[in-house]
Amino acid sequence: MSRYLAPAGLEEALVALAGGARPVAGGTDLVVGVRQGRFPIPDDLVAIHRLAGFRGIAEGADGGLVIGAGTSHAEIVAHPRVTRDWTGLADASAIVGSPATRATGTLGGNVANASPAADTVAPLLCADAVIVCRSTAGERRLPLDGFATAPRRTLLRPDELIVAVELPAPAPGSASCYVRLEHRRQMEIAIVGAGALLRLEGGRVTAARVAMTALAPTVRRVPEAERILLGSDGGAAAVTAAAEAVAAAATPIDDTRASAAYRRAMAAVVTRRAIGGALARARGETVTIPASDTLFGAA
Amino acid sequence: MRYETSFRLNGTPVSVSVEPSRTLLHVLREDLGMTGTKEGCTDSECGACMVLLDGEPLNACSYLAVQADGREVTTVEGLSAPDGSLSALQRAFLAHGGVQCGFCTPGMLISATALLARDPDPAEETVRAALSGNLCRCTGYQGIVQAVRSAAAEIREG
Repeated sequence: MSRYLAPAGLEEALVALAGGARPVAGGTDLVVGVRQGRFPIPDDLVAIHRLAGFRGIAEGADGGLVIGAGTSHAEIVAHPRVTRDWTGLADASAIVGSPATRATGTLGGNVANASPAADTVAPLLCADAVIVCRSTAGERRLPLDGFATAPRRTLLRPDELIVAVELPAPAPGSASCYVRLEHRRQMEIAIVGAGALLRLEGGRVTAARVAMTALAPTVRRVPEAERILLGSDGGAAAVTAAAEAVAAAATPIDDTRASAAYRRAMAAVVTRRAIGGALARARGETVTIPASDTLFGAA
Repeated sequence: MRYETSFRLNGTPVSVSVEPSRTLLHVLREDLGMTGTKEGCTDSECGACMVLLDGEPLNACSYLAVQADGREVTTVEGLSAPDGSLSALQRAFLAHGGVQCGFCTPGMLISATALLARDPDPAEETVRAALSGNLCRCTGYQGIVQAVRSAAAEIREG
């Protein structure tokens, strides 16, 4: 590798990307991936951790949130609007890696890396997140739904940088939750994960989002499960049926951490707990962040 | 191509010329002689390489040294006073048997230092969570957790 640039201005970074440079923010995926031999270190790197306006969380005009792509997981989980209104995202950011990973790793990196086990993606899908991409040619705003196309593949073009993740205002009466199955509390990657967002009005579910993690080539929504919940009373029968729909839609793999059969068997359990956590929060009950701790027993 | 990289290391300005592919861990150990920071898993799993970057814990094995330019890096060598006297946390590790083989100790001290800077009175569960990115291969966690809580009390009481 030969070239390195660490600009403070976005335009300079975008020009570098257009010239073939690859971006590095916290480096938590890049440096480990290189050492594991999954890809070579890029010849031309542009560091984006110094970019002005790249880090931080701003309130959008419509009551939504604009999270700079360089915002760390630690900053996300410390933000009062996130913990109040996007609780599922807080559940996820609170359990990514270790305290050091969370201080260094960024939301934009988690999305761009497109791991099938990325913790933040399921709750972001439930929140109808929009990915803001910039290049020297201009800006594209892409729905997160469909952004990842395969493991570690996204719609992001090589000359584009994710600059922000936009979250629309949450509907009144809605709440979200993210839960993952793990062998241990910390320093873990999801064996199976699930995100859910439910809106309750007059005892009926009037909006439903369910997304599954580490159960398909990409983290993705499960429309079959959402349809079962929509219009239901959010009772045990509907929740169980929705969870079964996730298990039926899952196409998990065998790897060193779990067999496909085990993942499929656990898919319904984890989904049921995520939906249950979202429903409890929508009813005003407290489910402590991160929900995984609460739903799988004491830490 | 090498890049001139300047940062504050344990309060002292340093400048090194580094290839962009080199990790902060290797530059600290090989170029700057700070061998208190250890190389363990090189995979961000064990925490033996942990340093503070602008006050936050960082796995130096998984961070490019060039990205430290203009920033503040603290290694275990920077935790004691300039005259060599140990910090309250370091003394507590000795007093409570928080050191066995010693390989994880620098990383443990770094994570615990970051914790006590933001939470002067952490509950035991908080200490365990803050140290969750640091593995002790001797499994001597009880003494380590006791040491952190004891140091917190000593610092609070002045």
